[in-house]
Amino acid sequence: MLASIGLAIGFLAILTLLLAILLVFAERRILNYGPCTLDINDGKKSLTVTGGSSLLSSLAENDIFIPSACGGRGSCAYCKVQVLDGGGMVGPVEEPYLTPEDIKANVRLSCQVKVRRDITLAIPDELFLAKRFQGKLVHKRKLTYDMVELRIALNNPESIEFAAGQYIQLESQEYAGRDAVMRAYSISSIPSDNRHVEVIIRKVPEGICTTWVFDHLQEGQDVYLSGPFGDFKLSDSKAPAVFLAGGSGMAPIWSILRDMRERGDDREAIYFFSGRNQDDLFFTEELFALEKELPNFSYVPCLTREDPDSDWKGERGRIPAVLPKYIPDTTAYEAYLCGSSNLIDACVDAMKQRGLQEPNIFYDKFE
Amino acid sequence: MDDAANLTSFASVMLIFISAAFTDNILLTRFLGMCSVLGVSKKVDTSLGLGAAVIFVTTCTSGLNYLVYRYLLVPLELEYLRLIVFIVVIAAFVQFVEMVVERISEGLYNALGIFLPLITVNCAILGVSLFMLGTPYNLLQTLAYGAGAGTGWALAIAIIGGIREKINEQALPRGLAGPGITLIVIGIMSLAFVGFSGMIRI
Ligand SMILES: Cc1cc2nc3c(=O)[nH]c(=O)nc-3n(C[C@H](O)[C@H](O)[C@H](O)COP(=O)(O)OP(=O)(O)OC[C@H]3O[C@@H](n4cnc5c(N)ncnc54)[C@H](O)[C@@H]3O)c2cc1C
Ligand code: FES
Repeated sequence: MLASIGLAIGFLAILTLLLAILLVFAERRILNYGPCTLDINDGKKSLTVTGGSSLLSSLAENDIFIPSACGGRGSCAYCKVQVLDGGGMVGPVEEPYLTPEDIKANVRLSCQVKVRRDITLAIPDELFLAKRFQGKLVHKRKLTYDMVELRIALNNPESIEFAAGQYIQLESQEYAGRDAVMRAYSISSIPSDNRHVEVIIRKVPEGICTTWVFDHLQEGQDVYLSGPFGDFKLSDSKAPAVFLAGGSGMAPIWSILRDMRERGDDREAIYFFSGRNQDDLFFTEELFALEKELPNFSYVPCLTREDPDSDWKGERGRIPAVLPKYIPDTTAYEAYLCGSSNLIDACVDAMKQRGLQEPNIFYDKFE
Repeated sequence: MDDAANLTSFASVMLIFISAAFTDNILLTRFLGMCSVLGVSKKVDTSLGLGAAVIFVTTCTSGLNYLVYRYLLVPLELEYLRLIVFIVVIAAFVQFVEMVVERISEGLYNALGIFLPLITVNCAILGVSLFMLGTPYNLLQTLAYGAGAGTGWALAIAIIGGIREKINEQALPRGLAGPGITLIVIGIMSLAFVGFSGMIRI
């Protein structure tokens, strides 16, 4: 009896061990791609990596951070890069995320491209500047009922170089059975304050990262972020600018406006901010104060659901309806929009009807 | 004389293949491998992809498991371990195939690769290995049985995929869309396959 139990256990153990060893050995032999060379931007940078992992993680190991919000699962499509040679065929996971233009330009999801041979790729130059930072949360301040401001002191590296309007990716940590994720947040602090990063975060019900920020993240805690990313920034022209934002879309514009003040940029600028009622407004005094420091700037908060009997003296109504009163003809303007896609699409449509030119539209959609 | 196992070898192999594919269709008469059917049968081409992978894996694993059973389990009198041993062998084999396919052909990997992990837990594959034990087949006949069962399964899922492509799920009551209507389709199809039963006895 005992002998037969022993035999059974021994047999199973040996069989599984044998198969496991066989598989490990096979993996080493079959899936060994050896060292591969990544040639980036026409020889500007050349890396030698061990083949077998994804392009995204191979680049990250070499401190080139491609934006990624889903952690390489192929569901966010942030990690697009141009793979000119050696990327292999487009896989079934990435296909739905690639537009016909992407396919023509050899754009791929870097998390789904496996490094199997030498690869030639092109990435925007600015991504070379992106780094991963370790910092400490120095304060978490409530701005409205559903909005907080985080101020993070950078430790390693100690300073960040960015243009007002760009964003970073904040890494949340695991909590209550929910995975660590990365989410994009626009920087609300100004570039000259380069030892700190500030962000403004709005609570998303059930959101993985925002719940972590609101309920778990505490002052003094270590935080990790990477960046800067994005091409949402003020152009070099002197064209009059119209800024439009709702909710946490305030963040990049708050940075851009204060950066303009610091650089003495006196271009004509008008800022429409959308909220439901007065509870949604923040930085209001500071923004009206900016009107005095920036000679050609004005701030127009617009409330859509404010109680008709309240003491509110500002604009009531949606931005597309209010805007023509201030700017009858938008032809000469540059537009900078930030916030939900609904808000952005509605405002872009309204302004295009009044002459706004397609190349002069810049936006960051938050959802 | 219609005992397939005793016919001359070529004829018996063909008979076993056909009977495993049609009269004894593993999906439509035994309802095995349902989870992948419900999940992946939305389109004909994905169904065919999964079907092809299943044919390959059933054929190879039925052969492998035949050898393991005959030359390891029986001499050691460990027949009662067959279930767990077969599962381990199938899982390892699928892993191995996945690696080989990835290395030799990226096109094939993209077409079949995503289905291979699904197969590890496909009960039709395990079913084929277990049913083979009840038969007096030799190795060649076992391979034919595995290939036939796989082919039958692939055929069935391809037909289901074709039917599902034609069904406008928007027009169905909400509770019926997806798995509900698929089960009904499979039920009707298996009624049709009853017509084959008894044509060949194996
Ligand atoms: C370039 C860029 C800049 C951004 N800057 C900021 C910023 O400065 N401040 C800020 O607060 N957010 C910003 N976001 C949005 C932010 O990255 C997250 O999407 C958001 O905080 C939700 O993350 P989560 O993990 O909490 O929610 P998830 O767990 O990802 O989502 C939970 C649910 O909420 C929905 N959802 C996702 N995002 C939003 C949203 N923004 N509003 C409403 N519903 C949503 C999802 O569809 C999902 O169903 C920015 C996004 C981008 C792309
Ligand atoms: S990292 Fe999200 S799709 Fe690649």
